[in-house]
Amino acid sequence: MNRFSTNLCIALILGGAAAMALLNLATAPEFGLHVPTYAVSLVGKYLCYAILALALDLVWGYAGILSLGHAAFFAIGGYAMGMYLMRQIGTRGVYGNAILPDFMVFLNYKELPWYWHGFDNPLFALSMALIVPALIALVFGYLAFRSRVSGVYLSIITQALTYALLLAFFRNDMGFGGNNGLTDFKDMFGLRLQDDNTRVGLLLASAIMLVLCLLVARYVVTSRFGRVLIAVRDTEARTRFLGYRPESYKLFVFVLSAIMAGIGGALYVPQVGIINPGEFSPANSIEAVIWVAVGGRGTLVGAILGAILVNAGKTYFTGAFPEIWLFALGFLFILVTLLLPKGVLGLLQSKRQAKPGESKP
Amino acid sequence: MNSLRNLIAVLLLGSVLAIASPARADDAPDPFLGLASESFDEVASAIAGLAVSGNPQAAATIQALQDETLFVGPAGDDAPPILIKTDAGFIDARTNKPVADVNEDDLVPVKVNNAVRRAIEAAKGGLDLFAADPALRTKAAEQLFVSHDAAAVPLLARALEKESNPAARTVMLQAQAAALLAAGSGSDAERIAAIALLRARGDVESKSLLQSLHETSKPVADAAAAAISSLQRIEQLWSVLQSVFYGLSLGSVLLLAASGLAITFGVMGVINMAHGEMVMLGAYTTFVVQQVIRAYAPGLFDASLFFAIPLAFLVSGVVGILIERCLIRFLYGRPLETLLATWGLSLVLQQAVRSSFGSSNREVGTPSWMSGADVIGGLTITYNRLYIIVFAAIVIAALMGVMRGTSLGLRMRAVTQNRRMAAAMGIRTPWIDALTFGLGSGVAGMAGVALSQIDNVSPNLGQGYIIDSFMVVVFGGVGNLWGTVVSALTLGIVNKFLEPIAGAVLGKIVVLIALILFIQRKPRGMFPLKGRAVEQ
Repeated sequence: MNRFSTNLCIALILGGAAAMALLNLATAPEFGLHVPTYAVSLVGKYLCYAILALALDLVWGYAGILSLGHAAFFAIGGYAMGMYLMRQIGTRGVYGNAILPDFMVFLNYKELPWYWHGFDNPLFALSMALIVPALIALVFGYLAFRSRVSGVYLSIITQALTYALLLAFFRNDMGFGGNNGLTDFKDMFGLRLQDDNTRVGLLLASAIMLVLCLLVARYVVTSRFGRVLIAVRDTEARTRFLGYRPESYKLFVFVLSAIMAGIGGALYVPQVGIINPGEFSPANSIEAVIWVAVGGRGTLVGAILGAILVNAGKTYFTGAFPEIWLFALGFLFILVTLLLPKGVLGLLQSKRQAKPGESKP
Repeated sequence: MNSLRNLIAVLLLGSVLAIASPARADDAPDPFLGLASESFDEVASAIAGLAVSGNPQAAATIQALQDETLFVGPAGDDAPPILIKTDAGFIDARTNKPVADVNEDDLVPVKVNNAVRRAIEAAKGGLDLFAADPALRTKAAEQLFVSHDAAAVPLLARALEKESNPAARTVMLQAQAAALLAAGSGSDAERIAAIALLRARGDVESKSLLQSLHETSKPVADAAAAAISSLQRIEQLWSVLQSVFYGLSLGSVLLLAASGLAITFGVMGVINMAHGEMVMLGAYTTFVVQQVIRAYAPGLFDASLFFAIPLAFLVSGVVGILIERCLIRFLYGRPLETLLATWGLSLVLQQAVRSSFGSSNREVGTPSWMSGADVIGGLTITYNRLYIIVFAAIVIAALMGVMRGTSLGLRMRAVTQNRRMAAAMGIRTPWIDALTFGLGSGVAGMAGVALSQIDNVSPNLGQGYIIDSFMVVVFGGVGNLWGTVVSALTLGIVNKFLEPIAGAVLGKIVVLIALILFIQRKPRGMFPLKGRAVEQ
């Protein structure tokens, strides 16, 4: 079942993205099935969220670490990409400064801060989008898991972490554009960001990265390592007494998950065209948790499904009934935790199992 | 510029001596006479003389001079008449009586140049030194102290001769000392005495005046340096005290926000992410109470908070009991699910308030007894912050009283310590759970009343406090009310001491990171509970 649904999911993601690309580029706007470019970017955005949800499911579903700060890794990946895109603007900014981005000219910076060097190189920026979240996760996770902070306490300090980062990135002195963040991007890898081709390319890249992340995650959780991880999730003390080091297992999967979140963020920023400190807000991280819960915790595919379902619902509701969206989201949290502890996928699974097994008491 | 000022000082001094020396008999010289002079210097010294003369017409005359409505008539056998031009005609400046049949062509206006204008300004400031009201005299002396203009020295000397009010006298002596020091006049002994006076006064102006001195004589310079360092020490002491006060005030805000959570999370172990919304409901209750009072009984407005506090307790408490009965009781033992469900609930509550009250900030008024401030030495104490500290202390004391002294508190502690044993003893545990949760939520509502006085009342009010509140409870040690008190006050004071060094936002970040690291070291907080309850 699990293998089948994963393969089905991969086929759907790749097939869907390819179909959208074809319908956007190869058909005329008058054609009935034509996919407008904004829809391409919208779906691309959902796929980035799905990468984040997948990363979260890896730690929450398989290691029992409920991180309420995962959007921080996503946002840091996004900032790394945003810094590259900022440097690409060059003299086309409002102030026409070849080196300094507009906000730095505005804030009277005389030269580029040291941590902005190298971000004009796309490979460097992309590797930073992975390395920085990984380093933060490594340090934070090492400290937390070593001292056996777990459960709710861990959730609360991950939330404090993203809150501290939120406050930090709001400061102008940090050199990340303060309140306004990074925006007004022009092009990446020499391609204009506004072009249909670039947009479609980003959608395909997101789809491929999502599939790759899914494959890596599936490999991890089905391996021997994954079995120990599940043992840690279910009874950490017993696993420790059997001779394993739960903190090493947790740390590895936490760092891997942070890297995935960073990838999601890096793909997200060029598609939405802005990154600002709001992405660090604790509410964003908790919203990502509900995607996983809706789809089905500990199923990987469910996380992807949940991210896409909830965000499609958000797009619809915030457009059609903006008043109702928060009510809907709030009740979704309550109903899913009360009535659907295994998510949509769990519901489907139990239906499928119930049919042949009617003889069961 | 300085030499000009000294020149004026000497001139004024001379003029005062000229007035003062010929024995103060009945035939005192006419203080108005000099105004008729052609020489600007003589006019200026006449103004200074007039100012110290105590003549009832002095103020009106000097004002007329400034308005350029003062005229001199032709000199006859007597002194020339000094006249003030008004809309109704001419008035004799000496007697304040109207003067008939004046030929305007015969009159010469008293001319004014910059030196005269300065003399006018100095004289006007000094005139109040002779006012009947001692408060006015003190105020005038205070102004002269701040300007420490050497020109005021003779004025002050004159005023001190007559002054009997001790408060006004002190300030005048200080002003005299300041003027003496600023002018660089007087003997070493006089200057050292003046420095001692300023040191005793001990405010910011005294310090900056002392710092601006360039003393040549060694003993004077030493005295000045000693006075400056003593004043700086005092200033530092006050600023530390001020930081402690701000810290206590921030700490009591944190304590209020966290005290309800210390019950629901600390005692019951329920992760209630909607806790901030209980605070928010309390703040909105205050708003509604004030609207009702404004509409029906405006006279009671100052007492509005006393109606709001019990109502907010009831509103948030009842909502809390409903939440416990309808949601949380299904999730006991599943803390992460509780966290998610209550987060969803907080979104629903926020949106419900936003839909019914609008998303903009609601104005909650401050009762008159809560606005204003007192200054004690170098310490500014604003009343609203002071009352919040007091209120936090009362709330915590009441909460501890309930937990320790009532049968409800006894049952609550019994249920949290050993649920099954408590049930076996006949305690209805589900009912106690609901009441405990209601108590915690009600306390949060009361906190909302206090926070409505210092924060914006908007649907997002509660969200700003939720992370801080959890940090306070975890830092203090879960399940320990005293720990929560110590932790809230510590965090408040540390925050306020970091602010001047690192800035408000960076200070907060530093505190958050320090807390994260602290939890790594001591996951159970500063004052962990010992015993079997910990094992769960």
